[in-house]
Formats: sequence, structure tokens, C-alpha cells
Amino acid sequence: MRKSHIIIFIIIAAAIGILVSTAGDASTYVGFGKAYEMANAGNRKDIHVVGALLKDTSGDIIGIETGADKVSFSFLLVDENGKKQKVEYNQPMPQDFTKSEKVVVVGRYEGSVFKASKILLKCPSKYQEQKVSV
Amino acid sequence: MIHYFIGDLGHFFVITSFVAALASAFSYFKGTNATSLEKKIFWTQNGSISFYTHAASVIGICISLFVIIANHYFEYHYAYSYSDSKLPDHYLVSTFWNGQEGSFLLWMFWQAVLGIVIINTNKFWEGPVMTVFALVQAFLASMILGVVLPGFDFRIGSSPFVLLREVMHDAPIFQSQPDFIPKEGNGLNPLLQNYWMVIHPPTLFLGFASTLVPFSFCIAGLWLKRYREWVRPALPWALFGGAVLGLGILMGGYWAYETLNFGGYWNWDPVENAVYVPWLILIAAIHTMITYKNSETALKASMILVVTVFILILYSTFLTRSGILGDSSVHSFTDLGLSGQLLIYLLFFLFGAIVLAVVRWKEIPTTDKEVSTYSREFWIFIGTLVLCLMGFQVIMATSIPVWNSIINLFGGSSNMAPPADQIGYYTKFQLWFAIVVALLSAVGQFFWWKKIEPRQIGKELLVPFLTSLVIFVILVNVLIFQFGSDSIKNAGYLLILFAGIFTVSANGKILFGLLKSSPGLSGGAIAHIGIGLMLIGIMFSSGYSKIVSLNNTGLLYSREASEEYNRDNLLLFINEPRSMAGYEIEYKGDRLEAREKAGFVNPNDIEFTDDPFMVVARKDIVYNKNKLFHANDTFEIFPENRYYEIQLTGTGGQKHTLFPRIQDNPTMGMAASPDIKRDISKDLYAHIVDLNDPEKAEWSKPEEIKVTANQEFFANDYVSALEKVERVFSIGPVKLDSSDVAVKAHIRVKGEYEEYIAEPIFVIRNRMVGRIPYEVRDLGIQLTLLNIHPETNQFSLGISSRQKDYVVVKAMEKPLINVLWLGTFLVMTGFGVAMVRRIREFNKMKEKGLE
Repeated sequence: MRKSHIIIFIIIAAAIGILVSTAGDASTYVGFGKAYEMANAGNRKDIHVVGALLKDTSGDIIGIETGADKVSFSFLLVDENGKKQKVEYNQPMPQDFTKSEKVVVVGRYEGSVFKASKILLKCPSKYQEQKVSV
Repeated sequence: MIHYFIGDLGHFFVITSFVAALASAFSYFKGTNATSLEKKIFWTQNGSISFYTHAASVIGICISLFVIIANHYFEYHYAYSYSDSKLPDHYLVSTFWNGQEGSFLLWMFWQAVLGIVIINTNKFWEGPVMTVFALVQAFLASMILGVVLPGFDFRIGSSPFVLLREVMHDAPIFQSQPDFIPKEGNGLNPLLQNYWMVIHPPTLFLGFASTLVPFSFCIAGLWLKRYREWVRPALPWALFGGAVLGLGILMGGYWAYETLNFGGYWNWDPVENAVYVPWLILIAAIHTMITYKNSETALKASMILVVTVFILILYSTFLTRSGILGDSSVHSFTDLGLSGQLLIYLLFFLFGAIVLAVVRWKEIPTTDKEVSTYSREFWIFIGTLVLCLMGFQVIMATSIPVWNSIINLFGGSSNMAPPADQIGYYTKFQLWFAIVVALLSAVGQFFWWKKIEPRQIGKELLVPFLTSLVIFVILVNVLIFQFGSDSIKNAGYLLILFAGIFTVSANGKILFGLLKSSPGLSGGAIAHIGIGLMLIGIMFSSGYSKIVSLNNTGLLYSREASEEYNRDNLLLFINEPRSMAGYEIEYKGDRLEAREKAGFVNPNDIEFTDDPFMVVARKDIVYNKNKLFHANDTFEIFPENRYYEIQLTGTGGQKHTLFPRIQDNPTMGMAASPDIKRDISKDLYAHIVDLNDPEKAEWSKPEEIKVTANQEFFANDYVSALEKVERVFSIGPVKLDSSDVAVKAHIRVKGEYEEYIAEPIFVIRNRMVGRIPYEVRDLGIQLTLLNIHPETNQFSLGISSRQKDYVVVKAMEKPLINVLWLGTFLVMTGFGVAMVRRIREFNKMKEKGLE
């Protein structure tokens, strides 16, 4: 039975290796405050921030600016702790961006702006959407 | 008028299908456990009738839903949300499975079909297998039930037959007008308006459905204590599932390659991973099942794997539909409130299978003898373990949001997020696993067919090994020649290249031998050659993908844009050739797509109307020497789709035209799709990253000149002449009064490639002077008839210009991507050959009355 023990041992070792390495590569969900601290501490890893687009009192989204080259844009995101932050994204605005109820930005601080490398959107469930175009 | 009947009918079918599935499961269960033959026949017949009722209801649901979609009954939420009246017919089919309810329906449909096949082909296993089938169908039917339990505020399932007003009960319009029906639907996401989205989902769900068959046979085997016999009938289905699921996954990849613009076919997104992992485990299961059929080993492993595949399919459904991935996937999943139901579904079959297996575990026959290192079983088993580890790595990382939820559920707090660089993270592991898999499938096949003695192995493998080495060295030199010596610094890439070639040549040798003796058994060899080719194709097309649209002007396009943007994109002004990747590349202008005729239409040749979908031809419209429309024909276009004609001229003068697309959908936003020039050795993949907006153009101050008829002049460097001026009596649809005067000038402008006629109008109406300028869009100039001087027979013209139209393109070369598609084709062929063999085997046993 020795051979099968060796194989089991190797498999377990590989599985643990995978888990440890995944934990090391995993990013984290943080607020802008923490993300800023991390960037200042020299951490260059991309992190995830969950937030919502800034809206004015009548519910319109404010703070979206299209870059001069039209392929980039920036917006204001309010994280779950209520901190407002300008986020820059080097790609055109994704589909459904303005309709999203929640936005996840993946990226890191460069100076005082948050540079997103990826944007994930959470769109409202259809049971909450209550607008019909007449 | 709201069409209540069809929705009520659909809902009736949903309830019938649910009840019939439950009745069928119960009857088959009683039939399987019955002791007397009479009762067995009675219950089995009942089960079969119920299942047929269920299947008929599923078809009824499909037809009802399709009637709603095809007739544009926008009072129904489903039709309103996913279609509109302008959608071409074949995309109405995509609308059917665009919503989650529709895709559950599609899944149910396939399982109903497979269930009927089993009822009619396998009398012996019908009872227990169909018990599992009917139970699964009942769970699926419950997902679209949409019934609120009386007394509880809890809705079971989400029905595709709900009315819009039931969903949007708070919308003001329904408060004032309960019978309001929207005139138009929201439309189908433009990215899904693609033929792959018509065939990819049914293929994928057929793959999902076919994993249920081996699972049901395995459960049936445990239940009836026929631990060995279930493998034979299950194996052809496992092969079928492997082929169809694999094909479905690749179709999805191909759709992404053609439609999305990230420049690849695989992005390691959770949705992709969620189907990739069950496929890997299914492949592992097929290997252990084949091993068992030959040597009676690996029975327990086969059981575990077959069950795992089905559980993983349920898990992937849970991941993608419960909304748990909401923060980690680029695909936005909406939670229909089914997560609880999906979890119950998953856990029911997980624990059901585990309990059954534990109860029976001791009875399952095993072999005690240690397998020899030189036996084929040993090597296949190692390969299986590697496949499982591959799957394990992907599922662990993809499930990070699930781990967070579990930790938070038990009072902990976890804020882990998936790796930010998905492609880098997954490739790091999968590449090395793939190398091992490729080497094993080369060596393993030799062990399988040759029953080699330890001493012989070297001798047998020597020729394939040396052949691979020669091909490898040649290819490495080609790489150095094409991409420079830096290109071979990645050891992983080189190893996978070698491993891929080695698999192809080793299996090639096996195949050659088999074709002479018994071609019916060659499925495995063909499939493994395919895998080798796929790996080579993936390595080249992804690892050596090269951006060719380099900015060779030496100028920055935009100071504000990133360095990458300025370096990797090519700015093309209309009708100004540039050079790129050995081609002369030239932007020829934007194009529209006619609805009824295949071909592109230059917007300069048409007059737009108030209806964005209808245009009138200004002149005869010719595309590729086919006359599409006559002058003054009114025809339909797709206003959302703009194509940008980009002409490539090779050094030999051969021309090729690309039409990358931008879709501008008012509700869904902009989306760019590439066009691909396919050569044998590589693909040239190009998409638009930016373009000018003619509406926002800044015009120069008009330059005023005086000309006589037929006098030549320069309009922004283009030779032009005023040919004639004539009086007109109407302007567009507006008829002029007898007191009004209007004249139209005909000005010929010689562009780079063609002559344009500009027709500015000068009008005096109600004693007011009006001027209607004419824009020659391709040339970026605008001509105005400013004044008429009868005393000198002269005309004053105003000429203003703007920046010419331009596009910014990004283009990539994908070398040897066709090897990937060829490999895919061979894998499918291999599965096909193996399936035919196993079905024959099964039929032989059936004729002998053994099954």
C-alpha cells in the first residue's frame, strides 16, 4: 500500500499548496479609507471596493466625466462607509453603468485618485425596477 | 387588450409539469421497490404515463412562452424585458432563453427529451433511473412555478408568465391605467444578438442535461445493489455529455472571441469556470469508467466522480443564479429570489447521494491488489487525479464569495475577494497542470494499447519522442524568427508546446496502428490528438498574441490618454492609407446594415426619415457588384448597428475588407465588436476603440468665393465645379408657394476615390432668405449657396471644413488559432467514435438480454 500513500500525500500537499497560494493571491474588499492607507504603505496589490454612484437629491447621478479621448471616464463613488472618492477608468463606460445599484471597482490608489482596472456592476433585480417607458 | 389566455395556459402547463413530475417520481419509486411483478408493471406504467404528461406540459410551456415572445405581447414581463418588435425572428429564439426562467425551461426540455429516450431504450433500468430523473425535473419545474404559498409570504419559483403590471406594481402608469400595454419592449442586449447566442445555450444545456444520465445510473446501481452493471449503459451517455458540454463551452468562448472585444475566447470569469470544472471532472469520470470496464478497478472512484459531476453542475447553477457572485463577476447576475430553492436542490442531491453511498459503501466490490507502476490503470488514475486537482484549484478560487458567506454566517468576518488579475492567477496553475495532462495522455495511451514491459517503454516511445523533438525545435526557431529571442524565455510556454506536440505524435502513432487493425476503437487516440492540438493552439494564440496596430505616426493622439492608448492604437483618417502588419490599411467610412438584404450601405447614399428604422435611397445602392436597392426605394435598416469599413491591401495587391461594429443602444449603451480576418496561420482581429462624433464637429469659419457656372475651384483642396443651378418647387416633403423662390446648386466635388454631388439650397420664403447647406461627410466639407448675383451671372458659395472622420482601431494577431479549432473538432470526432463503439457494446448486451 506504500505507493498509494505516497500519491495521497502528494495530492494533499498539492491541494494545500493551491489553497495557500490562492489565499496569497486573493484580493480583499475594503473601503476607500483602508485602500488609501494600504497604497500609502506601499502595497501595490489591486483591491476591491464596493460602493454606489453619487446621486443628487432628485436621484440623478452626478460626477461622471468623460475623458478627452472618449475612451476613458471618471466618476464619483461612495463606499459602504460613506466616503466619496473620484475613480478613473481607462476604458469607455460599461453597458448599464448608470443603471447599476452597486458598483465594484478593482484597482488601487495612484496619488489621490483611485485608478480602476476593472469595474463590476450589480444591476437592480427586475423586481425592483419600477420604470416603464411609455 | 391584454392576452390573458396564453399566460394562464402557460401557467397551467407549469403546474401540470410540476405535479406530473412528482407523480412520476413517486410511481417509479414504488415500481422499483415493488416486490410483485404485477405491482411493478402497474407502477412503472404509471410512472411512464406521468413522465410523458410532464414532457408534454414542458413542450406546452415552451410553446406558450414562444407565442408570447413571437407575437410581442409586451403586457408580459418576459417579452417586455428581453425583446422588441424590431428584433429579427431568429433572435426571438435567443429571447426565449435570455431570462433565467427561459434557461431553466431549456434545461427541463432537454432532460424531458433524454428521459423519453431512456424510457424507450432501457427497460431494465427504467424504474430507478427515471425516479431520479423525475425528481430532478420536479425541482426544476418548481423554479418556474411562481406560486405564492397561502398563509406564507413566500413565493416558490419565478414564473415566466407574469404580467408586466404584476412585476412593476408600483409604476405610476399601472396605478392610473391597469390595462396599459407598452408599445415597445426593452429589446435584447445587442451583444446577445449573435448567431452563437442562438445555438450556444441549447448546446450547453443539453450538456448539463446529459450529466444527469450517468448520475441517475450510478444512483440506480447503488439503489439496486448492482454496483458493476450501471457502468455499461452510463458510459455512452458520459461520452455524449463530455462532447456536448465541451462543445457548448467552446461555443461560448467563440462567441466571446467574435463579439466582445477583450481579444480572447476565455477570461476565467466565474460563469466560465462554473462549467469548466464539471467538464474536467466529467472527463476524469469517463477515464475511470473506461478503466473499470477493462480491469475492474476504480469502481468507487467512478461513482464518486460521476456523482461529483452532477453536484458540480448544480453548484454552478447555484453560483451563477443565486446572486452570490454579484460582486465578483463581470456578468451581472440578478437574484430572482431563488437562492434558497437552489440551495435546497443542491443539498438534497448532495446529501441523498452521500447517504446512499455511505450505506452501501462496504458492499461495493473493490480490488485489493496494488496496481503496478507500469500498468495502464496506474497512469490513467494519475491523470484523473491531475484533472481533479485542476478542477479543485479553479473551483476553490471561484468560490471565494461562497467562503465569505459561510464564514460570515458562522459569525466570522471575511473580506476576501477573488484575485484581481484573474487570467494571470488561473494561468499560473492551469498551464502546469495542462503540461502534465498532455504528457500523461501521450504516455498513458501507450500503456493502454501496448501493455508495455518496463524495458520496452523507451523503445516504443522513441520514435514519437524524436519526431516531437524535431518539430519542437523547428517551431521554436519559427518563434524566434517571428517574435524575437525574448519570445522563448517563458519555460511554461515552451514545455506546453513540447507536451502538446508529443501528445499529438504519440497518439498519432497509436492511431496509425489502430486504423489498420480496428478503426472503431480509435476514438481515444483521435480525442487525445485533438487535446494536444488545442493546447498548441491555445499556447500560440494567447501566449503569442501580438498587438499590430502600433502607432507609427510618432505623434501622441491625446496627452490625457494613457501611454498604452497612444502606443497600441492606430488612428485612421478616412481615405488616408497607413501601413500595419504588412498591409496597407485604410478607413473607408461608416456603413449601415440593411435588414432585408445582405450587404452594407453607405449613409451618404441614403436619406434618413423620421422613423429611425426606415431610410430612402438617394441613388442606386450597390454592394459587392450586387444592386441592393434602386434610387428612391424605401428600405429598412438596423439603426443601432454601425459598421466601419476598413480595407486591407496586402503586398501582392490582394484586398480584404473588415467591418468592425459599434452598437449604440439607447437603453443598453455602446458596445464594440471586432471583425476578424481569418488566414490559415493566423487571425487578424480588429476593433474600434474610438471615433469622431460628426454631430459635435467644429466647423471652420466659412470661406466665401464667387464662381460662375462650370468654373473650377478648390473646396478645402478638392477640385470642385458648380455645374448648374436650377429652380426647385419643393424642399423635401415641403411644397413651396408660388410666391416663394428656391434654387438648388449642383456642385461636383472630386474626392480621393469618387465624385460627390453637393446640393445646397437657397430659398426665399415669406420674404425671408434661407440657406440649406450640404455636407459631404466623407470629405469633411460643407457647401452653402450664399447668394446669387444675376447681374454678373455669379454665385457666392460658402465653404467650411471640419476635421475629417476618423476611427481609432486596435488590431491583434492571433497566431495558429485555427489549430485550436481543429483540435476542438478532433476532440468532438474522437468522442463521437468512442460513443458509437460504446453504444454498440451496450446494444449487444441488450440483445443478449443481459441489460
